[in-house]
Amino acid sequence: MLNEIIPIVPVLIVVVSACAVLLAEAFRRPGDWMPVGWLGAIGLVGAILTSVTLWDRNAVGLGVIVLDNFSVYFNVTIAAIGLLTILISTGTAERDRLPISEYYALMLFSTAGMMLMGSTRDLLVIFIALEIMSLGVYVMTGLQRGNPAGAEAAFKYFVMGAFSSAFFLYGIAFAYAMTGTTKLDELGLIVARVELDPNLLMVLSMVMLFVGFAFKVSAVPFHMWTPDAYQGAPTLVTGFMSTGVKAAAFAAFTRVFLSTLGPLRIEWLPILSAVAGVTMILGTVVGVAQMSVKRMLAYSSIAHAGYLLVGLAAANEAGKASILFYLAAYAVSNLGAFGVLAALSSADRPHDDIRDFAGLWHERPGLAGMLTVFLLSLGGFPPTVGFVAKWYIFNAAVQADLIALALLGVLTSVVSVFFYLRIVVQMYMTDDRAPGARPAVPAVAAAGMVAAVVAVFYLGVVPGGLLSIAADSVASIF
Amino acid sequence: MLTTLVVLPVVGAVLALLVSRERAGLARSLSLAVSLLTFVVSLVVWLQFDPASADFQFVERYTWLPDFGVSYHVGVDGISLLLVVLTTFLTPIAMLASWESIEERVREFAFFMLMLEAAMIGVFVSIDLFLFYVFWDAMLIPMYFLIGIWGYDRRIYAAIKFLLYTMAGSVLMLVAIIWIAYYHRAVTGVPSFDLLDLYALDIPGGVQTWLFLAFTVAFAIKVPLFPFHTWLPDAHVQAPTAGSVILAGVLLKMGTYGLLRFAFPLFPEAALAFAPWLGLLAVVGIIYGALVAMVQPDLKKLVAYSSVSHLGFVVLGLCALTVNGVHGAMFQMLAHGISTGGLFLIVGMLSDRRHTRQISEFGGLKAVMPKLVGVFLLVTLASVALPGLSGFVGEFLILMGTFTSASLPNARLLTAAATTGVILSAVYMLWMFQRVNYGPVMNDRNRGLRDLSVREWVVIGPICALAILMGVAPGWFLAPMEPAVRRTVGLIVGPAASGPLNARVAATADGALEPTGAAAQAPVAPPR
Repeated sequence: MLNEIIPIVPVLIVVVSACAVLLAEAFRRPGDWMPVGWLGAIGLVGAILTSVTLWDRNAVGLGVIVLDNFSVYFNVTIAAIGLLTILISTGTAERDRLPISEYYALMLFSTAGMMLMGSTRDLLVIFIALEIMSLGVYVMTGLQRGNPAGAEAAFKYFVMGAFSSAFFLYGIAFAYAMTGTTKLDELGLIVARVELDPNLLMVLSMVMLFVGFAFKVSAVPFHMWTPDAYQGAPTLVTGFMSTGVKAAAFAAFTRVFLSTLGPLRIEWLPILSAVAGVTMILGTVVGVAQMSVKRMLAYSSIAHAGYLLVGLAAANEAGKASILFYLAAYAVSNLGAFGVLAALSSADRPHDDIRDFAGLWHERPGLAGMLTVFLLSLGGFPPTVGFVAKWYIFNAAVQADLIALALLGVLTSVVSVFFYLRIVVQMYMTDDRAPGARPAVPAVAAAGMVAAVVAVFYLGVVPGGLLSIAADSVASIF
Repeated sequence: MLTTLVVLPVVGAVLALLVSRERAGLARSLSLAVSLLTFVVSLVVWLQFDPASADFQFVERYTWLPDFGVSYHVGVDGISLLLVVLTTFLTPIAMLASWESIEERVREFAFFMLMLEAAMIGVFVSIDLFLFYVFWDAMLIPMYFLIGIWGYDRRIYAAIKFLLYTMAGSVLMLVAIIWIAYYHRAVTGVPSFDLLDLYALDIPGGVQTWLFLAFTVAFAIKVPLFPFHTWLPDAHVQAPTAGSVILAGVLLKMGTYGLLRFAFPLFPEAALAFAPWLGLLAVVGIIYGALVAMVQPDLKKLVAYSSVSHLGFVVLGLCALTVNGVHGAMFQMLAHGISTGGLFLIVGMLSDRRHTRQISEFGGLKAVMPKLVGVFLLVTLASVALPGLSGFVGEFLILMGTFTSASLPNARLLTAAATTGVILSAVYMLWMFQRVNYGPVMNDRNRGLRDLSVREWVVIGPICALAILMGVAPGWFLAPMEPAVRRTVGLIVGPAASGPLNARVAATADGALEPTGAAAQAPVAPPR
């Protein structure tokens, strides 16, 4: 019995720490300070440690939860995203008028959902995990009470998300109707058997599941909610959801499409390639026209979803591993960038308009330097991790003979460099100074950003370790 | 040794950034000291370099990403050695040239200059294609900042244009690089990004064309070969003096170096097929660049277009695919680095004094600043390839190599057309020189300008010395290149084609430092 629980331990630890945060808030006297952030951090560190010790164990629990290396990788990645989010939120979340305890509790619950999403092999559990994750994020989007843009964003995100969940559920229903099971491994066997002659229901099910995932990873044409939600949400929340949700959704996406539905690649490859291509193009081209930095980063996140889809389309060993590596690379670069945005934003000057960054270098050389590093990493310049990640994805695409997608990928990344550099231009090369003082940066948040910078360079120069870990992780699915 | 060359500037850059804001002067001296030290190390490399060998020397190799066939593999041969030395030579000069003109953000300037130096050296010493690409791409960032922060009015436009233009070309190369690495796996079972492994591959003809084009577009943009040159005038004109010197002196050579090191020998069939077209574009570039330079009212733009013309010679020499042509192209790369670097320095000095670069604003400077005009004349003549100065040897060898080229149809016609470029360059350079320096002083603001300061002598002196040295003793520079040039030409056209010439090397092999081949006949004129 106890063995059955083992694979869920990391998730449980996060849930417990979330409950602890809630309890701390409940027993807090008004005006008291409670270390809620640290409670969450302890839970996430615990989740990382327990996941790591379960490496190579391939524990299966309750029939549906599986802690293979793939799950371990995502548990660690997602918990690290949560941890970094807590670090950059310390001190800046209060300033952003976020209710701290609710914020951390929701974030931790959502993190638990994300971790669950990567470590299950049952479509229904994926759905439940998806909902746990999403509900938390919906609420967090509207967490700035009294900010109408936030409320609008949360509502939009919720409606669209519910819509996409319905698609996903429909896909599960079709799959169940066809095969009588929702377990990925059993499903996979049946799919493999009918590989050469899949029936319409199976393909429909596949398409529905695809749509559900495509919503969550904000692939075109299911990306409509992304810019509004990203812009309306509090900066820290945007950072968290742009990295965490993407990582979790891609974890399940990869597991379902590359393992269970792998034999149907001939059916889904054209759809996936087309979506990947359009996503990269739209994300970068529309991103160029944005004046709001958060919106720009929203389109950048759409573009990055496109690159990840290229890795998915490649579907070879390198492709799978490249998705894992890319998600970690994207997470650290993007969270770092949002950390800088959050550290800069104040009530009278939210640092959302690109011109707010004018002359930042003169006033805050450290922050400007770090933001530059993160943007260059997002743009894929060596020697940052972003370059290795892109190179790895295109490596996989070339190996899979998807030369056209690889070319499209590299060319759109040139376009994306243009809009990342627009911020750099404002920070370094303009003489105008925007009015209003910039707030001080809390020490813990600064430490979080410095850690992200170190990670960006370390993984950019010596990526070998993480690359082989990613390769080992994908080798374990099925 | 080579790793030291790459790491030393990086360490210096980080140290410069750590200096406190108030002590900017320290950052300045520190960065100069580091770049001088790097130069000394590169000289040691040159001294210890075995000029008789065609192989890579000072090789260091560590596995980096073993699963992908990526290693940290560096080394120099005759082709890259002197380009490394050119880089380390020009960097301290560029720093010293900005000693007074860069007043603000000195630390950051030092940081970007040294990072740029490290990346440039990295590009020349990489033998692994992945490593090469990393340096190639990483180099764009410091240059982007140098132009964008310390440049002139339209610096942002120029910086972004420079970056996007170059990057758009190089990402296609990235895909091609990955393709070859995995073609290597398809043939041998393991992927490899190592140049020496990839030289041995026999890539099918049809694919070669595409790969060659992907590489060549990246390099042609960098050179810049007509019609990919439009970023260059903007970048040059807007960049600060130090940026222009490095841009013209070193960055452009990366394009021609890339053609010679990667595009041609990796895809020999495609190279032979496309050489006539590239040669034609080169000649068009020579004449077009010269004609456009002639009508420029802005000194810096004139020098920038003269680069288009001079680099056309280099590409023509490479496309000739003869030992003489390639040898001359290599020499011309160095000579152009020295002479154009010098011209940009002098234009920088003029613009520091007058805050304008319009030719019409000057006139009669000879009476005001005789020393400055003296070195100006020397550098100008080196640029127009006066025999006895650096520019002559390269152009002569290139024209000779092209004339005898077997791979270019209409080789003689192309040579003749290119020769008009030599004349045109004399026309635009001397006409510019005349308008700036001779005649009466028409503009009152030109009176009382101070002549060369001690610092400026230190900046321009080494350039002048080298311009003369390369003209009178070209063998010093040609000899170490020769074995590598022969080997590379052999890789492209096959050993058989370079066979008869090899016999000639053997005959002159005893005098390793003696000028060989055509260079021996180069008339030696006394330096003025």
